[in-house]
Amino acid sequence: MHVPDGFIDAPVSLGTGAVAAASVAVCLRGARRELSDAQGTDRTAPLAGLVAAFVFAVQMLNFPVAAGTSGHLLGGALAAILVGPYTGVLCISVVLLMQGVLFADGGLTALGVNITDMAVVTTVVAYAVFRLLVKVLPRRRRAVPAAAFAAALVSVPAAACAFTLIYALGGTTDVPLGQVFTAMVGVHVLIGIGEAVITALTVSAVMAVRPDLVHGARGLARPLELRTADGQVTTATPATAPAPAATPRRSVRPLLAGGLAAAVVLAGFVSYYASTSPDGLEKVAHDKGIDRTTKEHAAKDSPLADYQVKDVSDSRLSGGLAGVIGVGATLAAGTGVFLVVRRRDRAADRATDRSPDPAGTA
Amino acid sequence: MGAGHSHPLYRATSSPVHALPPHCKIAAVFCFVLAVVATPREALWAFALYALLLAGVAAAARVPAGFLLRRLLVEVPFVAFALLLPFVVPGPRVTVLGLHLGQEGLWGAWNILAKGTLGVAASVLLAATTELRALLLGLQRLRLPSLLVQIAAFMLRYGEVVTDEMRRMRIARESRGFTARGVRHWGVLAKSAGALFIRSYERGERVHLAMVSRGYTGTMPVIQEVTATGAQWARAAALPLAALAVTLTAWAAHP
Repeated sequence: MHVPDGFIDAPVSLGTGAVAAASVAVCLRGARRELSDAQGTDRTAPLAGLVAAFVFAVQMLNFPVAAGTSGHLLGGALAAILVGPYTGVLCISVVLLMQGVLFADGGLTALGVNITDMAVVTTVVAYAVFRLLVKVLPRRRRAVPAAAFAAALVSVPAAACAFTLIYALGGTTDVPLGQVFTAMVGVHVLIGIGEAVITALTVSAVMAVRPDLVHGARGLARPLELRTADGQVTTATPATAPAPAATPRRSVRPLLAGGLAAAVVLAGFVSYYASTSPDGLEKVAHDKGIDRTTKEHAAKDSPLADYQVKDVSDSRLSGGLAGVIGVGATLAAGTGVFLVVRRRDRAADRATDRSPDPAGTA
Repeated sequence: MGAGHSHPLYRATSSPVHALPPHCKIAAVFCFVLAVVATPREALWAFALYALLLAGVAAAARVPAGFLLRRLLVEVPFVAFALLLPFVVPGPRVTVLGLHLGQEGLWGAWNILAKGTLGVAASVLLAATTELRALLLGLQRLRLPSLLVQIAAFMLRYGEVVTDEMRRMRIARESRGFTARGVRHWGVLAKSAGALFIRSYERGERVHLAMVSRGYTGTMPVIQEVTATGAQWARAAALPLAALAVTLTAWAAHP
């Protein structure tokens, strides 16, 4: 759903415009890397253009649901998995820009809001979930559509959450935030299920024909096997030189998978049975009267305050939902920090490897 | 592509608005919409003036009113949302035609409807008076990164080709007796979408090779430099300046 002019006030529109411009600038760089071929030639313009045309066309493909209603693909998660996150954001942004300028679909001043919400948040969340799951799941072909399913499933409600946040910052009407949140997320969970099914089916269709084109499945392909008539099987050596014999390392995947499952179970189900009485510090503060001067938390009106999702009446469901959302958000933030730190470490390693040995050059 | 490189919103006539350089028009429309969005919603007369301004531009561009009004239908989903607002926003109530409506919600609905409609009308006028190629040149003139403009150009050029490919796939499916009726047919449609992706991507690779063999080095040659004289800028600026005057008056009247 494209946001029109006048829905979000001017300062927030300009702010999201700046966010959108910065993300598109970053993605222009990243897309060059993602789309260059083996020789490293820059093929960004035609390839990203054709992928954007594909996204534009596939949004017109109708998927009948029932009783005359039908839906269509939004394409953020699909683009991220098929061509990579940078190109994905870029293509969806170009589609939104052209829809705004040519078809008056989505306001011109709301372009920043639309790009931030529908291109950046959807694609980045989808790709983060996808990468995480591909790392966690067993290294099989079938893992890719499964991960694509989860990625698309999460990405659509995530965009709805991002929209609620933007609305909270700069909405021009005072609809109670809880209602906006419930309505947006409720509707988009349903849309997300459809999106997830279609995305997974489409990814598996592409995987069946051209697995090399699926960006998210790179490095998962098994080496080719040559079977002769008399039953001899030769495994082809990969074209690239194999990595130097790595030191045997214990796989962290079972640990990651177990941890993730435990966190979701704890947050979603067990948290209901946790004590609702104030924790130690709060109790002490209350007894001693310290808390008389403390203010309520600034986020007490947030949709997730007190570990309950607002306007969900069933307390068990509400607490569980808040827990799962919290675990997801924490996990995403933590993974992001971890990846940044690791990349920096690797860069530092490389720099030290390359620097000449001071003792040897003396 | 026999219909020429134009889009459904474009109306080929000659008028003073058509003759303006594209980047002036894009900048003018953008500033106009910004002024509209910044107007306080209580200034009802200001929105009437904006509508009059746009009607003036439409008359100068020889865009018939019926065409403009039909294109405003893009907005319908948000109209539905706006109509809900008076019922859900808390606050003091007023009774209109036997319905208890929230005052705050009514103002909110008015705000979205007025500003959204004016925004859509301005974009429709821009699209109706500017050719596709000119629009891209204008965006490039406004310092949009050239790679981004190239991507947009490829998307628009091949959008019709890819859409047509999808239409042929649908005809192929239907001529084999397939009609999608429900969720259990999604697999077939998703396979079509996957095939469409592969065809689009491979077409992109072929297009790139064809371009390289004709000397493409990463930038498109600029054949036609679009420039604007001071007089043209002044003519294009008439709309946003008038809108700005209205906005400032509105702010003075409704602080």
